[in-house]
This record gives sequence, structure tokens and C-alpha cells, in this order.
Amino acid sequence: MSLEQLPMLQQLMLVLAAMVLFTSFVLLEQARLLAAIHAFAWQGVLVALVTAIVASSSEHLHLFFSAALTLGLKALLIPWMLHRLVRRLELDRHREPLRRPALVIMAALALVIFSYWAVVPVVQQELLFTRNIVAVSLAVVLIGLLMMVIRTQAVAQVLGFMSMENGLFLAAVSATGGMPLVVELGVAFDVLVAMVLFGVFFFQIRESIDSLDVDRMNRLTEHVEEKS
Amino acid sequence: MNALLITVVSPLAGALILPSLRRLSWAGWLNVLVSTITLAASLNLAVTVADHGVVANSLFRVDAFNVYLLVLTAFVGVTTSIFSRPYMRHVCDSGRVSQRGMRLYHAMFQAFMFTMFLALSTDNLGVLWVSVEGATLATVLLVSLYRTPEAIEAAWKYFILCGVGIALALFGTVLLYFAAQHVISDPEAGLSWSALYSVAPQLQPAIMSLAFVFLLVGYGTKVGLVPMHQWLPDAHSEGPTPMSAVLSGLLLNVALYAVVRLKMLVDGSLSATDSPHTAGYLLMGFGLVSFLVAGLFLHRQRDIKRMFSYSSIEHMGLMTFAFGLGGPLATFGALLHMLVHSLTKSAIFVTVGHAAHIAGTQSIDHIRGLIRTQPAVGWGLLLGVAAIAGFPPFGVFTSEFLLLTATMQSQPWFTVALLTGLAVAFAGLFRHLHPMVYGPVPEGQQPVSANMLPVIVHLGLVLWLGLSIPGFLSRWLDRATELITGAHLL
Amino acid sequence: MNPVGWLLALVQALLYIALAPLLAGWVRKVKARLQNRRGASLWQPYQDLYKLFAKEARMAHTASILFRAAPYIVFVATWLAAAAVPLLTSDLATAAIADVIVIAGLLALARFFLALAGMDVGTAFGGMGASREMFVSALAEPAMLMAVFTLAMTAHSTNLSAVVDYQLAGANLLRPSYVFALAGLLLVAIAETGRIPVDNPTTHLELTMIHEAMILEYSGRHLALMEWAAQLKLLLYGVLIANVFFPWGIARDVGAGALGLALVVLLGKLMLLGVVLAVSETVLAKMRLFRAPAFLNLALLLALLGLLSYVILEVGA
Repeated sequence: MSLEQLPMLQQLMLVLAAMVLFTSFVLLEQARLLAAIHAFAWQGVLVALVTAIVASSSEHLHLFFSAALTLGLKALLIPWMLHRLVRRLELDRHREPLRRPALVIMAALALVIFSYWAVVPVVQQELLFTRNIVAVSLAVVLIGLLMMVIRTQAVAQVLGFMSMENGLFLAAVSATGGMPLVVELGVAFDVLVAMVLFGVFFFQIRESIDSLDVDRMNRLTEHVEEKS
Repeated sequence: MNALLITVVSPLAGALILPSLRRLSWAGWLNVLVSTITLAASLNLAVTVADHGVVANSLFRVDAFNVYLLVLTAFVGVTTSIFSRPYMRHVCDSGRVSQRGMRLYHAMFQAFMFTMFLALSTDNLGVLWVSVEGATLATVLLVSLYRTPEAIEAAWKYFILCGVGIALALFGTVLLYFAAQHVISDPEAGLSWSALYSVAPQLQPAIMSLAFVFLLVGYGTKVGLVPMHQWLPDAHSEGPTPMSAVLSGLLLNVALYAVVRLKMLVDGSLSATDSPHTAGYLLMGFGLVSFLVAGLFLHRQRDIKRMFSYSSIEHMGLMTFAFGLGGPLATFGALLHMLVHSLTKSAIFVTVGHAAHIAGTQSIDHIRGLIRTQPAVGWGLLLGVAAIAGFPPFGVFTSEFLLLTATMQSQPWFTVALLTGLAVAFAGLFRHLHPMVYGPVPEGQQPVSANMLPVIVHLGLVLWLGLSIPGFLSRWLDRATELITGAHLL
Repeated sequence: MNPVGWLLALVQALLYIALAPLLAGWVRKVKARLQNRRGASLWQPYQDLYKLFAKEARMAHTASILFRAAPYIVFVATWLAAAAVPLLTSDLATAAIADVIVIAGLLALARFFLALAGMDVGTAFGGMGASREMFVSALAEPAMLMAVFTLAMTAHSTNLSAVVDYQLAGANLLRPSYVFALAGLLLVAIAETGRIPVDNPTTHLELTMIHEAMILEYSGRHLALMEWAAQLKLLLYGVLIANVFFPWGIARDVGAGALGLALVVLLGKLMLLGVVLAVSETVLAKMRLFRAPAFLNLALLLALLGLLSYVILEVGA
């Protein structure tokens, strides 16, 4: 099957999936927290749109529900919670540019290529029109991971975590037409609880080190000099 | 079926009821009561499984393999709740934890037990994922319960690392579901372990291998395999001691259980290819590295709970290696080792909790002369460490001996590495243990009110298992071995 | 190639130099309107050029032969590059012998002499402008090539005529790679033609100017040629974007009617692009020079994502 044979709607889906990947890059590079939260919300919207399109052009009707769930959770509720937290923690104007943006972007691009390579066995199955998106979703997962590694700010790490979840959801939608409903609800519940706990932790961390820069939490390392 | 339902639901009910109790002393007792009900139900379930083979419905499936872990989990749950009642009172009285913190503790303890039972008994791999992630969420607030900077740091690390790991496991689960869709037409059954296992040879080998890599890294983070182990010593050392006991004794087991179940699927799928043992080799590699690295790290620990958490990593590595080795003997040994390690390690953490209260610190350098201040705690620690290090009369020796024999049979060269690792770990434990137990007593050191019953029961059981494995248990483990490897040992 | 084809190529090339000042005038006019001014007439750039050609060309006494020759080289190189970009018809004789890499090479040649000329007189501004120009273009060029390679990969040819033909032959496709390549190329075009937010074509403020700094010493017909070349470059990028990404209307046979229609459609597309450019220049503020790498890295990222999304999403989709 080639691109020419896909209906317009599914071509649009590919474009949207590519834009999900782009929002991942925006999220990775964004220095301002509020802007990063907005980028995350847009990613949620795009993922929900992709899901809705998959639902409308396949027999997986329960995906409409998943799309609505994603829209509500990832595009509205979690960004809203993060927004509130950031304002309550007075981080609205917090800026933290990447230290080596070019290197980070190159690493992220390498991850995209790696994901493409890694999911080749899946793509070769020629089963679904969405199979090419699996690589994109793995890339989103891995870029989220990269973000959690290079960002030292707690809120930014949480954004990376949540964008990983977006990638996972996209993977489920694109590879398998969505997980069974009970699993999807369970995952959504876990994500929501995790978000609440993250909120609790932001305050605990700030109370503890007077900042949200988790790099300053370095009491628990394997020190030899503690011997004295 | 009812027994299964009670086993799973009673901790959930406990988690909902316990925080609403105003009187803390009642909450402690109720916690014990709930755990006991759970244990009774799980024993009932075990009898049913022994009679009928498998108890299963659309969402749950209990066979010889997981029922033994269910009983073990319930048992450790009971003893830990017995220990935690006076221990947490002591903590609460000393002002380290507020009343609200205590309610949170009780609720989350039972919530954690609920996720453990759900993870063990479910047949759906998606639900398995959800409950293992749920276990992290339930315990992460407990790790930071003391609100010290170290505790918060440990909890954050735990949260982030396990979150990342478990996210990769979900990707693996998605791939698994993808592979299943080619074979199983009913989409609801695509994540059912039993359905997948029955069609395992038809699953796409390439996709299954890819899925297994993600699943191993994901659940392996929870098992504490090196190099994904960074969270484990921190979370164990900074959380309350009952939490360390159940994390080490139960959570690691459950994560390993998940890995073994998935390995069974992958082995089935790869059986017809050129490399049928890929999953096994991966497990052996990760296991051996964890085993050796953790053994070395034992030597440089300053914190007593940290030291024992490295010992947990070491033993989990050994079990992972054994499951990777495959074959009835190694699998039997690994199952036995899972059992004795859980019992011994939770006993040790209970003792360590008391020892830390006696000394007023967790620093190894400041815990001295336990055997003279409070002989029960001193002997408990000495015997516990002797057991975990694999001294002969204890069960750990038996299981390690079985594992070494199995290694000698199939991969003789690895025996050298295993023996070296065991010796290194042994030395690491005992060089710290000796001064703590026998060293000069610091001035003013007072005994504390200790509840050594769990320790005595656990170590007694481990000793019994070392002297003779009762017939019903060996048959039980043998059936689990048959389930995993397809061959009887006995 | 038949003589008619070459004749057509010549007409197209002449059309380029004829239309270039018009596009510049149009952008200026729209911008003025957006700022609530009436603005100069559309034909003002032609009058400017006419006036400059009539004036005496003064030369600094330190200027070498290079300074004298540069305007001609720059103009001719840009013009040649433009001549290889299909304007009215894809059946283009020049496009057959010059692909997109040649175009990039010719533009680089023009830029090289422009920078040399800027440094030749030895004034501070000229050198500064030259170094800034090279700084920006060093970042913009890879992005441009990446974006163009995305197109080339889909069409299996680096030849622009072939790309346009391929686009027209296929159904109306929505390609993720094209979306990214278009976005990347737009950013590159803005940087390369010295528009806001990278450079400001109307400023003579020493802190910010790039292109103007290099041609500060020119006067008379030399200045006219330099200005004209800059306008040509703007038109070149405009046509490249308009005809490659939105090729509808371009003539596929050489008939008067088709060509006429193609011209009307092309003018429409360029007018639209001009409006977009004017609006973006009105809305955006010029950024500091040291932010330019971030801007161009974005362009490079977009172009690379275009390339990758072609490989990942479209091959065998």
C-alpha cells in the first residue's frame, strides 16, 4: 500500500502524527515552563485527533472513547493541573535553556532513527495503515526519556514523563488499535494518580531544598569520603 | 473463586477503611486483622488450587506458580503488619511522623498489598502492568514519609526511575498485544496470559524478542537489576522499615514473577527459531551482572538498610540468572530461593529496624554491641545474616546449592563466577556484621520494646526449609517448575 | 532541446528580472498598508533602479578590481540560478541542465563575491556585514539543502522540473514531509533574503544590518545591480516555494493560453506569499543576531524531520 492509496483523512493522520513528533522536539527544547506546558497540551490534542481518525477509519469504535479520554486527561486536565502548580510555586517566569541545544537535538534525532530501526519487525507485518506511526510513538517515548535525563527541573521532568505516556498511548493506538478498555482505564487512572503525587512532591521538594532543581538533591550517592 | 476474591478485595477494603479510623491503636490492630484475613483466604485458595489445578476466570488465573507467591505475600504481609504496629507507634511517638502520616501509612500499606495480589493473580498482562505501576504509586509516598531531604530525594528518584522503567514495559506490552492480534482474533483476549501461552509458538519471534527487551528493562527496573537498580538502595534505606521489608520481600518478587511469566511466552515463540534461548541468555546476563556488582557494593556501604538492599539486589540477580538458565533443577532452586529470600530478608529488615532504634541511627559505624544491649536483636541479626549469606543449616544454603549444581550441569564456567560472587558478598556482609553485633557497647545504649515474633517465625521457617523441605511444599514447587519448564524435577 | 524550448527559457529568465522589483514593491506596499501608511507606488523599485543606473558610480580609492567586478558577478550568478527554477512551465531547457544543487552553488557563488566585495574596501561595516552574512548562510545552507533533498527523495530527482512534474502527476497528496520541508524552507528563505526577523532590509543601523552593511560603499549602477540581485533572490525563493509546493496552474505544454494562465496563477500565488511575508514582518520583531542560530537550527530541525518523516511515514505507507 502506498501513500496514494490512502484516503485523505488517513494522510491527514500521518501529518498529525508527524506533528506529534515535532511537539516532542518543541517540548525538549523549550526553555520556559509555561510554554512547555502548552506544547504538551498541544501534543495531547494531536494524539487525541490521531486517535479519533483511527477510530473513524477502522472498526475500533471504542477508540472514540479513548480519544475523548486522552483529550480530557492529557490536553485539558493535566496541563491545567500543571499550570496551577506552576503558578502556585511561582515558576511562571522560570527559564531554563538547554545547556547544549544542538547536541541534545542531534541526540533526539538519533533516537528517532533508532526507533525507526527498532520497530522494523512491526512495520513489516503490513497489517494496519497506522503501522508507520509506531516508530513515531517510540520516538516520542524515547525523547520523553531523554528529556527526563537532561532536564534537572522537576516540572520539566514530569512533562517528559507525561509525554512518554502520550507516546505509549499513541503506540497502543497505532500498533494495535488501542488496548482493551480495562487496561486503558487502568493506565489513565495510574497517570492521574501519578500527576497528583507529582504535585505533592513538588511542594515536598521545594520545602526540602528550596528549589525544584532536582540536581541539588545529591545526598544519596555512593560516597567513599563519607568514611571519615 | 471466593477465596481469590477475598484475597484481592480485603486489602482494598482495608486501604479504604483504615484512614478513616480515628484511633491509631485500632488502626494498627485492624491492619493486622485485614492481613490475617487475607492470609486465611490465600491459604484456602492454595488448597483449592492443590485440589483442582488451576483456578481461572476471564480476568484472573491462579496456578501452582502464583499461588505459592500469593501465600508467601500474604504471609509476609501478616508478619510485617504485626511488626509494624509497635514499630510505627514508636516512630509516631518520637515525632518523626504525624497522625496524618500514620493514616497514610496504613492506607498505603494495604493499597500496596492490594496491588501485589492483583499483579500476582491477574491473567491480563495489561492489568499486571497497571498493578505494578500502582505498587510504585502506593509506596512512593511512604518512602518520603519521614519528610527528611534524603527521604524526599529517595522518593523522587524511585518515582522517576520506576516511572520510566515501567513506561518501557508498557511499550513492550503494546508490542506483545500487537503480536497477539495476528493469532488471537478476540481483541479482549489478546492480553490474556493463558490465551497467549496456548498459542505461543505461533507468535512472531521477531516482535516477541523486541517486546521482551522492553519488558525486561521495564520490569527489571522493579526487580532492581543492574544498571537500573539506582532507586532501590535509596528507597529501602530512607523509607520506614516495614516498607523496606515488604519492598524487598514482595515487590521485587512480583516484578521477577512478571519477567518469568513473560519469558515463558517468549520461549514458546522462539522455540522453533535458531536462537530459542535468547530470553534466557538476556536474563542470565542481567542476573549475573547484578549479582556481582551488588556483591561488590556491599563492601562500601555506610548505612545498614542500604547494605541489605544491596544484598537484595544480589539475590534477585541470582534468581534472575537461575530463571535464565532454565531447566527443572535451576527453576526449582530459583523458586525455593524466592521463598527463603523473602522470608529471610523481611526478618532481617525487621531486626534492622529494631537495631536502628536501639542505636538511634542507621549508620553502620554507630551500631555497636547489639548482642549485649539486647540479645534478642543481636542474635536475630546474626542468625538472619548467617541465613542470607548461605550458611548450611538454613534454607538459603539449600537453594543456592541447587542453583550451583544446576549451573555446574549446564554452564560449568559460570559456577566460578557464582562462587566468587557468593564469597565476595559473604565477606561484605560479615565485615560489617561483626562489630555491629559484638563491638563495644556505646554508653547509655538502652534496649527497646521489640517484637521478635516475626523474626523467630521467619527464621524458624527458613531453618526448617534448610533441614527438610516438607513433602507438600516440594510437590507444590515441583508443579510450579513443571509449569515453567514443562518438566518435573522430582 | 529544441530552439523553442530555449526561447522559452530565455523569456522566463527575462521575466525574472522584470518581475523581481515588482515583488519587492508589492511587499513594501502591503507592509505600508498594514502600518496605516499609503506607501510608495508599486513601481517605485523600478524608478529607484532607473535612477541609480543614471547616476555616476563612485569608487573608494582603496577598491580593487574585485570591488568593480562583484556587482556583475553577483547579479549574473543570481540570475542564472533563478533561470533554472521553473517559472511558467516545468518543461524548461535550463532546468534540464541545472538541478537544485547547481542553484544552491550559484547562490553560494553570489554570496561569496558579495562578502568579498564587502571586505574589499576595508571599512569596518563591510567586514562586519560580510562576517555576519557568512555566519547566517553557514547555518542556512544545510537547512536549505535538507529541505530540498526531502523533495528530491519523494520525486527521485534533484531536478526541479522533475519535482514539479512529479507533484502534478500524483494525486493531491498530503505529505507530512512536505509540511516540514515547506516550513523549513520558509525559514531559510527569510534568513537568506535578509528579511525580518534575521535581517532588516530597510535599516542602516550599524548594530543590526547584515546585507546593507556589505553594499554600503556601492553607488550608481553597481548599487543598482546589487539591489536588483537581492530582489531577484527574493523572487527566486518565492517562486521556488510557490511552484514546488503548490504547483497547480503551471503550464505543462507550450501553448499561449496555458502560459498566460500560468502567469496569472503565478502572480496570484506570489501576491499571496508577499502578503504573508509582509504580515509576518509586521508582527515579528527583529531578533538579536545571536538568536539567529536558534532560528536557523529550527529550520534545520524542520528540514531533518521532513526527511525523517518521509522515510518513516511515507515509504510503504
